[in-house]
Amino acid sequence: MLTDQISRRDFLKTSGALVVTYALAPKAANAAIDPNDLGPKTVAADRVDGFVAIDGKGVVTVYSGKVDLGTGTDTALTQIAAEELGVPMQRVKLVTGDTLLTPDQGPTFGSLTIQNGGVQIRQACATAREALLDRAAQKLGVSRSDLAVQDGWIRGNGKRVAYAELVGDRRLELKLDAKAPLKDPSDYTIVGKPVPRLDIPEKVTGRFTYMQDLKVKGMVHARVVRPPAMRATLENWSDAQCKQIPGYLGAVRKGSFLAVVAHDEWAAIKAASAIEARWSKWEGLPDKAKLWDHVRASRVAKDEVLQNAGDSAAALGAAPKLLKATYDFAVHTHGSIGPSCAVAEFKDGKLTAWSASQATHLLRKQLARMLDMSELNIRCLYVEGSGCYGRNGHEDAAADAALIAREVGRPVRVQWSRADEHGWDPKGPPTLIDYRGALDANGNVSAWESEAFIPERPGQIAVTLVAADLANLPKEASHPGNIHQGLAIPYAVPNIRASAHWLAETPFRPSWIRTPGRMQNSFGNECFLDELAAAAGADPFEYRVRNLKDPRGLELMERLRKLAAWTPRTAPAGDAGEIAKGRGVSYIKYELVRTYVGVVADVEVNRRTGKVRVERFFVAHDCGQIINPDGLRNQIDGNIIQTVSRTLIEDLQWNRSAVTSVDWQSYPILRFPEVPEIVIDLVDRPKERPWGAGEPTAAVVPSAIANAVYDAVGVRLRSVPFTPERVRAALKA
Amino acid sequence: MSKTISFVLNGRQRSVQVDDPEMPLLYALRNDLGLHGPRFGCGLAQCGACTVHVEGKAVRSCTFPVAQAAGAKLLTLEGLGTPERPHALQKAFIEEQAVQCGYCINGMIMQAAAFLQTNRRPTDSQIKEALADNLCRCGTHARIVRAVKRASESMA
Repeated sequence: MLTDQISRRDFLKTSGALVVTYALAPKAANAAIDPNDLGPKTVAADRVDGFVAIDGKGVVTVYSGKVDLGTGTDTALTQIAAEELGVPMQRVKLVTGDTLLTPDQGPTFGSLTIQNGGVQIRQACATAREALLDRAAQKLGVSRSDLAVQDGWIRGNGKRVAYAELVGDRRLELKLDAKAPLKDPSDYTIVGKPVPRLDIPEKVTGRFTYMQDLKVKGMVHARVVRPPAMRATLENWSDAQCKQIPGYLGAVRKGSFLAVVAHDEWAAIKAASAIEARWSKWEGLPDKAKLWDHVRASRVAKDEVLQNAGDSAAALGAAPKLLKATYDFAVHTHGSIGPSCAVAEFKDGKLTAWSASQATHLLRKQLARMLDMSELNIRCLYVEGSGCYGRNGHEDAAADAALIAREVGRPVRVQWSRADEHGWDPKGPPTLIDYRGALDANGNVSAWESEAFIPERPGQIAVTLVAADLANLPKEASHPGNIHQGLAIPYAVPNIRASAHWLAETPFRPSWIRTPGRMQNSFGNECFLDELAAAAGADPFEYRVRNLKDPRGLELMERLRKLAAWTPRTAPAGDAGEIAKGRGVSYIKYELVRTYVGVVADVEVNRRTGKVRVERFFVAHDCGQIINPDGLRNQIDGNIIQTVSRTLIEDLQWNRSAVTSVDWQSYPILRFPEVPEIVIDLVDRPKERPWGAGEPTAAVVPSAIANAVYDAVGVRLRSVPFTPERVRAALKA
Repeated sequence: MSKTISFVLNGRQRSVQVDDPEMPLLYALRNDLGLHGPRFGCGLAQCGACTVHVEGKAVRSCTFPVAQAAGAKLLTLEGLGTPERPHALQKAFIEEQAVQCGYCINGMIMQAAAFLQTNRRPTDSQIKEALADNLCRCGTHARIVRAVKRASESMA
């Protein structure tokens, strides 16, 4: 064993955790501590030294609250910092997601890492460079305007001084200047280039340390024993059988939270299946077959109008042609390939938690609340894990580990099983949207109404920690993310009313999964617009363009039209054969304020089997200034492929007690033979601000596929996923 | 009673002490021998993240009992090549930037390495079939296929 030995007797002595019940007594941990003990570095987001340090050797350390979730942002942020400071990338180190060292830049979500995080870091670097130029001017006796920065040197009039010399080992004690001039993008040599990702050589050779690889000295292994029904309570348990397992140390129980601890991982796995536990019955989940009735009948906590123009009710009443449709979108799991994992250690009243959390600062708040500790006594560190695509189980694993470690007195590693991840990660909530639309005599949209039925958002953006829930400890309510975004439409329609019914209940702990709300809402919006275009006898591409006033959006759509060689179509192709081909279009301006994406999907529909095959996606993408075009293409590929999977296949399964799709057989995802070809046209605007690209393309995938299916066979698919059964049923109807 | 199980791992004689000979090989490689290449993904032989070679064949180490590896020749991602001396596949994955989070990539490379032994000049669709039981959630598939193709061409 790599862990140093602790005996079962020691475990008993240190923890007392084998007793059936015990109090998680608030310890002296609440006493305030001197912030200087936490380290000398500021984490203030309005300070240059919050973000940047330069040492006596000229090595630049950048501190980022935004983390790389496997999307390549570490490389992109390094590019931004190196470019703005005028140093080679090799001389920039990045520290990310460490509450002790990095500023709180908000969770890594919402396609905001470059747009917000990168822009803040860029501004800190610009402030630093300007201050160093001032210092250099003084030191060298050269006029400021005669100085230039290159490779960490400031040169002018034949003299030069290195950053390292100007800073020494001191901190850059500067206030971040929001107006510090930025480098002219036409002088860029690093930003905008397809720089190879820094992490890939280690990842393809087994040198990279993922969260799942992290070992902390003295670490023991734990597994949480999950209730067989989601809200069952633990009535009784015995670990008599576990004691036969060499390496077994003991169990930790708090309320309905039950975990086993062992020296080695395999012993913990065996103990988790050997432990005997009696749980109460619970059958509180809705009947899956009647999910949408359940959603429609759920209590509405609040109604909110998200977009309002003219008088849609009057316009609908007066319209010669009226359309109605309802769209729904299944419950999805994040489906990380590596189940969540965390290590936690309590020492001297302080907690250290390593996890792949996308939001270590938020996690620290939640852990403090759960454990009744001061945030000052908790340090959360990010260690990259498997891609999470939103708030999956990473934070929950950290809470599991913290709760167990507090009792065990040793560093504890919790590795979730596949069934934990599929069954217990928070879910993308079910989404139901009603639409009404009207056409005027010229076939233009005269009125548009949408009503979304979606779970409410409590005040703080956080997802309940499973451990806090099971152990009956203080916790936050679950927030599903800003899932109302994307319901408002980008088109010039005179009468619009888009509204949300915020529901007080939803079957599963909700959270955000890649493109939360924007994907579901764009699915409904862009399909229903297609229905209106068809009713007007118009080409769906032309119909969108006709109703767009935004010049940037129009330019994008013209590039898409050329890229896909779109030919007008005003009615379904009507191929008579078994295989029907079609193409569909979709467009989004993300949240109506940022990244533009237009896509055309080419599909084949097998009329006999009902199978939809996506052959190809054409993508036109404008996220402003591109930091790394290759990284961007990689992300666009990911958006398309992952969302084709969600659109065609994915559908959480459950009975009245629990999730039943707990592995890759019961919750399948797209495999290699089904992956479409992807053709991308990037619109680069180096002089514009950079926007995000981790989500926007995903928003338009389901609608483009549905619209292509209509083009192929003349039926509308209004429920995601588009399974063969549903397609066959639609063809028969 | 713990047992000693010996094998040749990445060209070196190694042994592990195990309490349970049924323990999957994955745990011996990762925890006892400290490797990071083979990854825990499902424990059900469904995703491929744990793939290693046993006697030249790609196997799912998450369900392969360690006792069955006794005396065998094992190869992991670490043994295939290093950042300094990468295998043709590793080189091709770097050149194609065929990684997003990278958690599945061990399996992609190890499965492809075994596959290329049996088909040296595969078509794209043969590569896709060969990797059909390896799951990727990030959506890196298109790049992975290009990387395997590139490697096959460079090895020819």
